Amino acid sequence: MRRTCLDMVYELAKRDPRVVFIGSDLGPGVLDQMKTEMPDRFFMEGIQEQHLIGMAAGMAMEGYIPYVNTIATFLTRRCFEQLAVDLCLHNLPVRLIANGGGLVYAPLGPTHLAIEDMGILRTLPNMTVVAPTDAEEMKRFMPETLEPPGPVYIRLAKGGDPIVSRDEDGFQIGKSIKLRAGKDVAMIATGVMVNRALAAAEVLAGEGIDCAVVNMHTIKPLDEERILNLAGTTPVLITLEEHVLAGGMGSAVSELLTDKFDGRPPVLKRIGIPDAFPHEYGSQDSLMETLGLQPPEIAAAVRRIAARPSAA
Amino acid sequence: MHNSAIRPITNFNTPPLDDRSLYLRRQCIRALDGGGRGHLGSTLSLIEIFRVLFDNILDYRPAEPDWDLRDRCILSKGHGCIALYVLLADKGFFDESHLDTFCHQTSILGGHPERHKVPGVEASTGALGHGLSIGVGMALAARIKGRNNRVFAVMGDGEINEGSVWEAAMNAGKHRLSNLTAMVDYNKLQSYGTTAEVQNLEPLANKWHSFGFNVEEVDGHDVGALKNVLTRLPFKSDRPNAIICHTVKSKGIPFAENDPTWHHKSRLPPEQIAKIYKALGAK
Repeated sequence: MRRTCLDMVYELAKRDPRVVFIGSDLGPGVLDQMKTEMPDRFFMEGIQEQHLIGMAAGMAMEGYIPYVNTIATFLTRRCFEQLAVDLCLHNLPVRLIANGGGLVYAPLGPTHLAIEDMGILRTLPNMTVVAPTDAEEMKRFMPETLEPPGPVYIRLAKGGDPIVSRDEDGFQIGKSIKLRAGKDVAMIATGVMVNRALAAAEVLAGEGIDCAVVNMHTIKPLDEERILNLAGTTPVLITLEEHVLAGGMGSAVSELLTDKFDGRPPVLKRIGIPDAFPHEYGSQDSLMETLGLQPPEIAAAVRRIAARPSAA
Repeated sequence: MHNSAIRPITNFNTPPLDDRSLYLRRQCIRALDGGGRGHLGSTLSLIEIFRVLFDNILDYRPAEPDWDLRDRCILSKGHGCIALYVLLADKGFFDESHLDTFCHQTSILGGHPERHKVPGVEASTGALGHGLSIGVGMALAARIKGRNNRVFAVMGDGEINEGSVWEAAMNAGKHRLSNLTAMVDYNKLQSYGTTAEVQNLEPLANKWHSFGFNVEEVDGHDVGALKNVLTRLPFKSDRPNAIICHTVKSKGIPFAENDPTWHHKSRLPPEQIAKIYKALGAK
């Protein structure tokens, strides 16, 4: 997904002279072709995230669309004030390409996990937050990033994730995609949780629990219409995210239902990371298993919820 | 240009403030009185810096504030905004009557400047340590476009405690941005007390030099000296420029000069305002 995303920056730069790439001390060879062909729009700078966001803002004020790339947690925690003031207050078209969203860097420990990134960013006015589900969706999404007038956060997964998105669904920022219909439970998933939701739904279908799966690739702006519609037609909603429960996509759905849903509320269950720094290493997959984010654990959670009398 | 072991310049023979400098300061008090508050000390140390920039150095069009080829001047120490507002009003970016509305609920002139509200304001600042990075981005953009416009970032001495300033400085040095000028309003006082006590900056000229800048020091209240140094930009063709402006906090009000309690003032009584106007040459 990361490779696809950066390849797309090069493709976009070829056809749009406003596109600029700014890396923060990335690995050798990143976007070499762009560096060779468009050296004036390729910047590989130091480990100075606060400065780079400000610098990108200055370029955006002059009409450029800078794509800034580094590790997700350094692009969010480290320079939050620059994101808020330089990008969001000025409402500038800077794109933040965030490597290793969620638990991708599990073996590197809690300093490298980006598990509150979407939550803190969605508190900022003018910010768009997107977590594509696979590399094919990334290809469809990237051309859309030329359009929004304000900043866009692009959460990257590990890479090599199962392809579950479909070409015929297209991609529109802020418009979720229903990948599977179902009447008993609606699973609203973001990022790589979409493929896990689909796998869990398949298992549950064999047990007679009919689950819809929605790819909520955009956390902000939230697809309110879809969620309110699901809430009115499905007795159980389950949100799934590789993110802390506080402030993430599940919180956004919960807030929306509290603020805008007038009918009989559905059962809402949020699946995500609890309020604690993960204290184990391993791999993204193994940590997700421990935290209850893999298909078997998801299916078990859905079974428990669906069996409640209130879910009928 | 400094090479090494620079001794800070502290003794200047500052000429008395002339009529225009006194007038601009009275306009600042007008805004401060209108808003019932303001960063008085931090504003009055900036007056000659902005006066010379806007009178003699910057290329701009007040009726066309977004003119592509204008020089960009960012007030990074946003709390000194009254000085910038007064010069922008003086040049006709907006009517000077706005000064009376400083900090009012629906005014365009807030306690920190905002780009989308005030014609001529390049960046919304207030949180410290942002302006130089934005300036680096603007200077790089000018280079990509092949434009000759210049970029100035005016910072406070307390502000440059922020690490982000030095990230930006290091990066400006790397890119050899001769179209970028960092100016430091070195009034030697931050909120709590002297910079020497709170966070010593010396050797300040050496710091900028070692980050890749050509450095000049100047009396920040000497209009002639400021003109002289600013008309010599760029100091060299392949390095960014730093100008350390030695200034006095609350300059022009004898009973407030160099007193950290005048950093910010609110609800000054009319008799105090009258005293200040008198000190600033009001007839």
